[in-house]
Amino acid sequence: MATETASSAHTFADANNAVHWFWGKLGWDIFPFYDPLILGTFIVTVLLAISVAGLVLYKGWLPYLWNEWLTSVDHKKIGIMYMILATVMLIRGFADAVLMRIHQALASAGILEFLPGYHYDQVFTAHGVIMIFFVAMPFITGFMNYIMPLQIGARDVAFPFLNNFSFWLTLSGVVLIMLSLFVGEFAATGWLAFPPLSGLEFSPGVGVDYYLWSLNIAGIGTTLSGINLIVTIVKMRAPGMTWMKLPIFTWSTLVTNILIVASFPVLTATLALLTADRYLGTHFFTNDMGGNPMMYINLIWIWGHPEVYILILPIFGIFSEIVPTFTQKRLFGYTSMVYALCVIMILSYLVWLHHFFTMGAGADVNSFFGITTMIISIPTGAKLFNWLFTMYKGRIRFELPMMWTLAFMVTFTIGGMTGVLLAVPPADYVLHNSLFLVAHFHNVIIGGVVFGVFAGITYWWPKAFGFHLDKFWGKVSLFGWVVGFYVAFMPLYILGLMGVTRRLSTFEDTFYAVYFVAAAIGVFLIAVGVIAFVIQIVVSIKNRDALACDGDPWNGRTLEWATTSPPPYYNFAFSPRVYALDAWHHMKEHGATAPKDGFVPIHMPKSTATGIVLAGMMTVMGFALVWHIWWLAAAGFIGSLAYGIFHTFNYDRDYHVPADEVRMIETGQSQPAE
Amino acid sequence: MTKTRLLIIASALTLLSGCNLVVLNPSGDVAAQQGDLIIYATVLMLIVILPVLAMTVFFAFKYRSDANARYEPDWDHSVSLEIVIWAVPLAIIICLAGLTWVATHRLDPYADLPRISEDKPIDPNVTPLQVQVVAMDWKWLFIYPEYGVASVNEMATIVDRPVEFKLTSTTVMNAFYIPDMVGMIYAMAGMETELNGVLNAEGTYEGFASHYNGDGFSKMRFDVQAVDQEGFDAWIAQAEATSQMLDREAFVELDAPSAGVPVAYYGAVEDDMWERIVNMCVGEDELCLHDMMMVDALGGGGLDGLYNRELYRGLCTADDPEALFAILRPDLTDRMTEIEAALALLPPQPDALSAAPSVQARGNE
Repeated sequence: MATETASSAHTFADANNAVHWFWGKLGWDIFPFYDPLILGTFIVTVLLAISVAGLVLYKGWLPYLWNEWLTSVDHKKIGIMYMILATVMLIRGFADAVLMRIHQALASAGILEFLPGYHYDQVFTAHGVIMIFFVAMPFITGFMNYIMPLQIGARDVAFPFLNNFSFWLTLSGVVLIMLSLFVGEFAATGWLAFPPLSGLEFSPGVGVDYYLWSLNIAGIGTTLSGINLIVTIVKMRAPGMTWMKLPIFTWSTLVTNILIVASFPVLTATLALLTADRYLGTHFFTNDMGGNPMMYINLIWIWGHPEVYILILPIFGIFSEIVPTFTQKRLFGYTSMVYALCVIMILSYLVWLHHFFTMGAGADVNSFFGITTMIISIPTGAKLFNWLFTMYKGRIRFELPMMWTLAFMVTFTIGGMTGVLLAVPPADYVLHNSLFLVAHFHNVIIGGVVFGVFAGITYWWPKAFGFHLDKFWGKVSLFGWVVGFYVAFMPLYILGLMGVTRRLSTFEDTFYAVYFVAAAIGVFLIAVGVIAFVIQIVVSIKNRDALACDGDPWNGRTLEWATTSPPPYYNFAFSPRVYALDAWHHMKEHGATAPKDGFVPIHMPKSTATGIVLAGMMTVMGFALVWHIWWLAAAGFIGSLAYGIFHTFNYDRDYHVPADEVRMIETGQSQPAE
Repeated sequence: MTKTRLLIIASALTLLSGCNLVVLNPSGDVAAQQGDLIIYATVLMLIVILPVLAMTVFFAFKYRSDANARYEPDWDHSVSLEIVIWAVPLAIIICLAGLTWVATHRLDPYADLPRISEDKPIDPNVTPLQVQVVAMDWKWLFIYPEYGVASVNEMATIVDRPVEFKLTSTTVMNAFYIPDMVGMIYAMAGMETELNGVLNAEGTYEGFASHYNGDGFSKMRFDVQAVDQEGFDAWIAQAEATSQMLDREAFVELDAPSAGVPVAYYGAVEDDMWERIVNMCVGEDELCLHDMMMVDALGGGGLDGLYNRELYRGLCTADDPEALFAILRPDLTDRMTEIEAALALLPPQPDALSAAPSVQARGNE
């Protein structure tokens, strides 16, 4: 009974391999010579990276990039960098999805097993990890970073350097996870790396180590960013902006970041315990020696469920900004929207067990968590009704953001319904881990988060760059995503009801092929949406003069529209005074105009390279830890610690923008420096 | 009557998709009730979902900017509407919560079945068929303790006879799922979970691992033969005729990782095999979990626990604490009466521990 599947696994990452004092576990076999597909991708990627780097150097863009972007502490630039990062990773994560769909379509039709087992398992793991941590998270963090300070009339976030550092820590996680594609392997455990499968005994390779260090480092960045944004909202609101005059997106940002600060430490601690199991020989989550894997599953979902709301609440905020703007009407039920957000925030901590009703808890426990889960649908439903009644007696302009919003409202409602269905424990017993579940969470994540991200991008792009996004390609993208979503995931709902479980790489018969082929067609339609989005950006940049707009192209209601597009680097020459909810709308109604004189110097933070240097050292440390290169890990750790301490002695961290320069920018005599 | 309507809906769905939606139309009573619940809950939710979908489309159409419908830019609040949008979902969730509470308790996988099928009550004289299920990398082992036989990647049940599964794993977490029979429950190493189900129609059904568990995951499947009593006896006889015996050695050999393993039978099973599997001590050099727990409960052996495992092996938990104590704390043996008095005050042992039969026999080996 030899293992046919295991024999294909390679040996480079065997825990029993001797660890060289200098090279650790590194050897020539780390490169993917064993798999032509990965090797080909590897070579193309390296060539691409070299040519991009070459172009940057040749054109002399490096100083500009370094001074204006990489070391910038401006929340707007950091926000844009988050968005670029997320877009790039979206393409990577989406490529994984395409591979999976092709593989399952071909394998279920009995034609070909396109990916070898070990590769397929890594692909679905990487897809989940990347889409949640390095696509959805950077997208929402990017929005919160860019928009929130503008909405509250602040000049930057509370801790500008920390913001920069958080971004680079996130990127550090991305670098590690991208490296794992070519140097060694990635985890083949599923995106939450449940032990004991992710323990040393069952996953001796470096894949899980890449997973752990990537998320450990990026997770710290997310926590720091959460603290930063909370403090910003609490301390830096414009005068007059009391809590119930806070724009609803800012409210959702506050609630989201409270969730982040309260839940990401749980993730960090859980992953640290698993890391200890793998590196220090502890037994928190092993089968033997008193370990308990069920503990990990509880802990990871105590983070994981709030995480779902961390992703969706800012998106609710985005829609709550878009709907009033494009219906040209006040948001219906602002107060109940705020309370709904807060209720969701609290309830999201009381439902984690619904991810594993099938682990054998008693009926009382399961019903409790099932019912708390259903209760969340009440405030969520209330929000949907609020958007509906905002549309009611409105004057709806069908611009791209509003179209995405309508697609969201329909799709998300269906996803919410299947979610409540899964919250009924006995129903979950037959649907858990099935493709029905996969269809459900893609229904809410694509229908909610992704549609929301595109709605937000098309809504705020003119603010960030001073020109609109091309409407035709936007519609193509919308069409591709919406139709593609339904074609790709409705068959998965049916397959789930046919009892097909997730993550299968081989099939015994061709019974299910037609559904998997339909899903594969769906993913190609979504590919049209993804490509159209990229084309949309390229076309819009080319036609930027024709698409140019002023500071308030949508007739907006909140303070970010009170600035020019793009806003000056100091955001507001004077702190705006807020008298009403929808402050900018109120100002316009009362004919308020921006002052043209009386400017005073503005206190601003200086750029610093510390964030990128520290994160660079931590990336090296993470890589060294993955490969057991202890001396390098120690060097990276001590180096980042020492540099961090050194940075605290840097007193040259701020400056004043002279009043004259402010006057020049505000009166249009000078373009704000890019 | 409801059942008929459900069947109509289910078969309509079946026709619609041209396939067998086994989850909605299974062959076992428990799975059928779980599937029905999906339909009840869906119908209940459609009460609010359909109006929302309709309103979305209707409002978007009616209030489009060139329609010149009524426009009230400052209308942003209505107490009565707010009450409705919070109260209607609340009312539905209250119904759904009631349904959830009742159904979760009625369909508790650990509870004995209250009925065989909708029109067949349980016969108090018939005990459930006992099946012990072991998830391995990457195959399933089924032990029939009442018959002393075991099988790999195939199991048999009797139609309309309740089955009581005991589940464990020798490896990572697994989930045991027979869609036609009953919903899934995890199988975990060092632990025992339970599942009760029944199949109401003859046939061969599919079962599989429904929790990703590594390399051979996709191939970890088995067939369930649901047959009448005669057929079952024949199946048992066929297994008994196999010369292979499931002893500790054979188990360890079987346990080595492998995928796509053909069906195999064991004509006999070594005594207290299940207890050893659950306590992860089938192999030669392994201290049983419950022995380890006892060592720990008595203050632990510290590092000695690692070196003295030979000494501890076979000393059991509830039966002979004194012997263990004599090894662990020889200095305290003279205070045994006091200690026993103190132990008597401890709360009763959890089921898993007390249910494990004595391993005293092993001590005497």
